[in-house]
Amino acid sequence: MTETTYAYAQGDPHRLRGIQEAAVVHEGPAPKRIVTAYGFWIFLLSDIVMFACFFASYAVLLRQTAGGPSGAQLFDLRSTAAETAFLLLSSFACGLASIAADVRSARWFQAAMALTCVLGLGFLFLEAREFADLVGRGAGPTRSAFLSAFFTLVGCHGLHVSAGILWLLTMMAQVFAKGFRADILRRMLCFALFWHALDIIWVAIFSVVYLIGSGT
Amino acid sequence: MSEQIEHLHDRPDLAPGDEEEVRIGPRLLGYLTGLGLSLLLTAISFFIAGTDLVWQPSIPVALVVLAIAQMGVHLVFFLHITSGPDNTNNVMALAFGLLIVFLVVGGSLWIMSHLNHNMMPMEQIMRMER
Repeated sequence: MTETTYAYAQGDPHRLRGIQEAAVVHEGPAPKRIVTAYGFWIFLLSDIVMFACFFASYAVLLRQTAGGPSGAQLFDLRSTAAETAFLLLSSFACGLASIAADVRSARWFQAAMALTCVLGLGFLFLEAREFADLVGRGAGPTRSAFLSAFFTLVGCHGLHVSAGILWLLTMMAQVFAKGFRADILRRMLCFALFWHALDIIWVAIFSVVYLIGSGT
Repeated sequence: MSEQIEHLHDRPDLAPGDEEEVRIGPRLLGYLTGLGLSLLLTAISFFIAGTDLVWQPSIPVALVVLAIAQMGVHLVFFLHITSGPDNTNNVMALAFGLLIVFLVVGGSLWIMSHLNHNMMPMEQIMRMER
């Protein structure tokens, strides 16, 4: 082995000359938009892991009704279908708001966010009515292990939606007061991720909690 | 080889939630497609849950499969997660999250069903305590 090849092998032990050259071009920190959104993505995934724990406890406790009412006697699937439609349409409206923010159209942005907000509030209203109805019928979270798990899981999702609506109103106010600055757009990107992720969790809730839960 | 790799590195990574497409029309169409597919899958789920047309024990499995399909639709059309090289980091984080989710949910169900199966019937325990 000559001197030159030896030196070359040390600098690039796997002889991936091309990759190393390309990597030099790409050095340096990622743009702030990517760093922020990626960090928020990690948070969302950990939030989903937390929900997975609640789903696991619900699935384990599904039959532990302690002589109380079961899901089949309690759940009103028409109300669940309406909640699903509200949340799905609000997710779509949130997508419209993302497009409006990217083309810097304040009017369309505010309109789409207002629609998202109204649909989210409709969802929360239906859920609150359902909870009040259950508690009024003596099927509150203290009635059985099954109902404790139900209220923990669905209530936790409802709390997330409530927090999301507060965040949504904040974004509307910030865009109104400060315009489409880079930091505001980053927050909007994170909000859109959050809102779509809530919809994904709701898909699991209506399938597992309501549809499978009312079949047993 | 090196030209190909440099081409891949020409494009910077995409933030999660961002999409490559910037024109309004195709982006709108993407959201509309996602909405239509989700509505379809939701309608099938609610139909399957209440029907007598299919073999009853298959219903929970069908509902889980439909739910996973709908989550996939949301991930692709609303969160814009793709298999492209500019999305690798986002997909890797998602894959790790899903691994934990399946371990937690699957592991809990598996262990608890075995515990239930192997536990002494309740009346027998009560009799022993007396």
